[in-house]
Amino acid sequence: MTVDALVVGAGPAGLAAATALKLGGTGTVLVVDREEEAGGIPRLCEHTGFGLRDLRRVLSGPEYARRWVERAVACGVEIRTRTMVTGWSAPGRAEMTGPSGVLEIDARTIVLATGARERPRAARLVPGTRPSGIFTTGQLQQWVHREHLPVGRRAVVVGAEHVSYSAVMTLRHAGVHPVALVTDLPRPQSYRLFDLLVRVGLRVPVWTRTSVAGVYGRDRVDEVLVRGPDGDERSVAVDTVVFTGDFIPDNELARLAGLSIDPGTRGPACAAGGATTAPGIFAAGNLVHPAETADVAARRALSVGRAAATWLRQGGDRTMPGATERVRVADPLHWVVPNMVDPARAGDESVLIRSRVFLDHPHVVMTQGHRLLASYRLRHMIPNRSHHIPSDWWGRLRPGQDVLISVSPRPGG
Amino acid sequence: MTDDHTYDVVIIGAGVVGTAIGRQLARYRLRTVMLDRCTDVGMGTSKANTAILHTGFDTRPGSLESALVRRGHELLTAYAGRAGIALEKTGAVLVAWDAEQAVRLDDVVTKSKANGYLRAHRITLEELYRREPALGGGATGAVVIPDESIICPWSTSIAYATEAVGAGVELRLGVEVTAVTRDADAWLLRTTSGSLRSDWVVNAAGLGSDLLNHQFGHDEFTVAPRRGQLIVFDKMARPLLSSILLPVPTERTKGVLVAPTVYGNVLLGPTAEDVPDRQDTATTAVGIHGLFDAARRILPDLINEEVTATYAGLRAATEHPDYQITTHDREHYACVGGIRSTGLTASLAIAEHVVDGMGAGGLSLAEADHEPAVPHMPQLAERATRAFEDTRMIEDDPAYGHIICFCERVTEGEVRDALRAPVPAVDLGGVRRRTRATNGRCQGFFCGAAVAAQFASG
Repeated sequence: MTVDALVVGAGPAGLAAATALKLGGTGTVLVVDREEEAGGIPRLCEHTGFGLRDLRRVLSGPEYARRWVERAVACGVEIRTRTMVTGWSAPGRAEMTGPSGVLEIDARTIVLATGARERPRAARLVPGTRPSGIFTTGQLQQWVHREHLPVGRRAVVVGAEHVSYSAVMTLRHAGVHPVALVTDLPRPQSYRLFDLLVRVGLRVPVWTRTSVAGVYGRDRVDEVLVRGPDGDERSVAVDTVVFTGDFIPDNELARLAGLSIDPGTRGPACAAGGATTAPGIFAAGNLVHPAETADVAARRALSVGRAAATWLRQGGDRTMPGATERVRVADPLHWVVPNMVDPARAGDESVLIRSRVFLDHPHVVMTQGHRLLASYRLRHMIPNRSHHIPSDWWGRLRPGQDVLISVSPRPGG
Repeated sequence: MTDDHTYDVVIIGAGVVGTAIGRQLARYRLRTVMLDRCTDVGMGTSKANTAILHTGFDTRPGSLESALVRRGHELLTAYAGRAGIALEKTGAVLVAWDAEQAVRLDDVVTKSKANGYLRAHRITLEELYRREPALGGGATGAVVIPDESIICPWSTSIAYATEAVGAGVELRLGVEVTAVTRDADAWLLRTTSGSLRSDWVVNAAGLGSDLLNHQFGHDEFTVAPRRGQLIVFDKMARPLLSSILLPVPTERTKGVLVAPTVYGNVLLGPTAEDVPDRQDTATTAVGIHGLFDAARRILPDLINEEVTATYAGLRAATEHPDYQITTHDREHYACVGGIRSTGLTASLAIAEHVVDGMGAGGLSLAEADHEPAVPHMPQLAERATRAFEDTRMIEDDPAYGHIICFCERVTEGEVRDALRAPVPAVDLGGVRRRTRATNGRCQGFFCGAAVAAQFASG
């Protein structure tokens, strides 16, 4: 079977990219997803707050997911669920398993939109035993909202970024008492409103500068050891721990396709419009920027779909070199997207940057060797949140040398 | 006296050794039962080890362990092929990292020959780095052991138990022996689920084998649990190595190794820590960081990969440098203790040895009418054609075309099979060990709830 475009992943980004591909005049656009239903992670987020930046309305997660599915189907996108791409048998040829068995699909262009997952306990190297009662937010939401399984009584939530507050809401919905949010950073990283709702409204404290030093229990979690700002460890009696945030792209298919991986995001290195180091393979959504809210992912994926459609219209030549100038970040910056530069697209889309630490009034500086390309002053930077800077400096690039982005906080800032 | 609770042989402990003995006894006309206090087979040392099928090249020459490991390697290699237990003959390279270790490599080869394993040989540094290009710089010498292999530890115990149960051996899990007495003609075991009588008792209680041995009035050895912490790295790390990378062993320990797993991951470990608590399988910050330090030297690129899991197991070390296997003929009691880190490899040979000993000690070994049938275990090997990629299987049963655990590519059909198997999964851990479901990099982020729900609904 042959299609013009294969999109892997039917979350907001994959559906948006597919929609834009179709609207851009692409013939057959097939979206495959390994889940039971299309719609991605928002399907599992029962709370409101979706759709502000792309659909211009406020919806619950499931409603939001349904809108994107309807929109894609309405413009002629074919969606197959329960179908998982398991590898590539040749460039542009995807191997997959689905209800009808094992099949291969040739695609003239491919958009990877495989999303991101939260780092689980083991990947964070938290010592202790391996009892039941340890979750990530993603697992917790499916546990509660999809399978309606019992969770526990008292929980510690590890993390204090957007998704951590989502975990608190899910715990409350399941009748679990959230004892505290724990973050090793000096402040929570989500919106102040969420923080007030949880701390003041629900009386759930946020323990800052605090890390999880161990999780213990025989069959079920019975104790979490936390280490506070002064280094003292204390035991918290809970039966549930939710590890939230700390997103990592689901990059297996990107790596199997031989795409260059960005050391900051750990997703495929991408230029504007989602072009990867392999011509004809594009990447969109939280695979590229782990993790933005659904609306940001969908909006940026529209531009990826358009870029893929344009590439097809221009002949879809796989032998053409892709973008090569890399953009790297210096400590304490975490990552930048796009992390490759296409000078022809200067100013087309904003650049997202993240810091690992809180910064007040940081001076963000783009340099190529000793040459200053641009600098911007931001009001602040918050870890686990993206900050937008313009991309017009891409036009001032000289070929053949990487770009470095660094920050210098204002003295005393 | 014959009633429902009278046996010819009771095996206490259904780890890899206990189930191997159960399987061996299944070929005779005996009423045998395997007991374990855990709710699944292979739950102690058997499940949390380095999953290596050893040649025995570095055992103590002349020891019982040396003989049984060599024989066990041969038997289990053949059995794994018949039962469909994942096994890969990757070979091992033992790498020296300084001048002093390099000097000892010739001793390694000599010792290997003394153990009856003749294929270990030195290779040049050039050959070493050609074979393992990602190996850290600074190696000073190496020995290749071509037949060291990796194996699925979970399927091994489950296969033995399945074969035994299929041939009529009983398996009673979640049952703990609380008291042992003897009358004129049988042992009387009181358990947490009733009493039973038996002509013979086999102690295969692993970490608890010395305490049980005391109950039978013997004290040849004391178990000093040695904890081994291990780190499993993401499958993306698998191309970094082709063989098992071993350090030069010391008197105390075989040291930290890096090995591929049959599931396509990379394993780093183990630590070797004497711990007082026989149930202390917690990982520690010190242990994990120590392993990372070792990896920095052995395979530096490894530490940039994601960690999929960390765990710890306990080896049943004793004060003796060899297995502690004794058959007390007059008492009809066999004790199989001190099976250290080589029990998985030696299991089938240990079973042969123990059952031969019991036969010599008076147990009647009349052959049963039918030879036990070797079971076909679910295909867990990354290298093999697994259910999700098997067109014929999916055509016959579409449940094998429905992947529910994405990272490990486990299908609904395989989870269902695990719940209905002759030795079925009784909890989520059991599903994990029989199918690989939720064992992957997301640790349940995507599939944990779906697998739990399928488990809950049977």
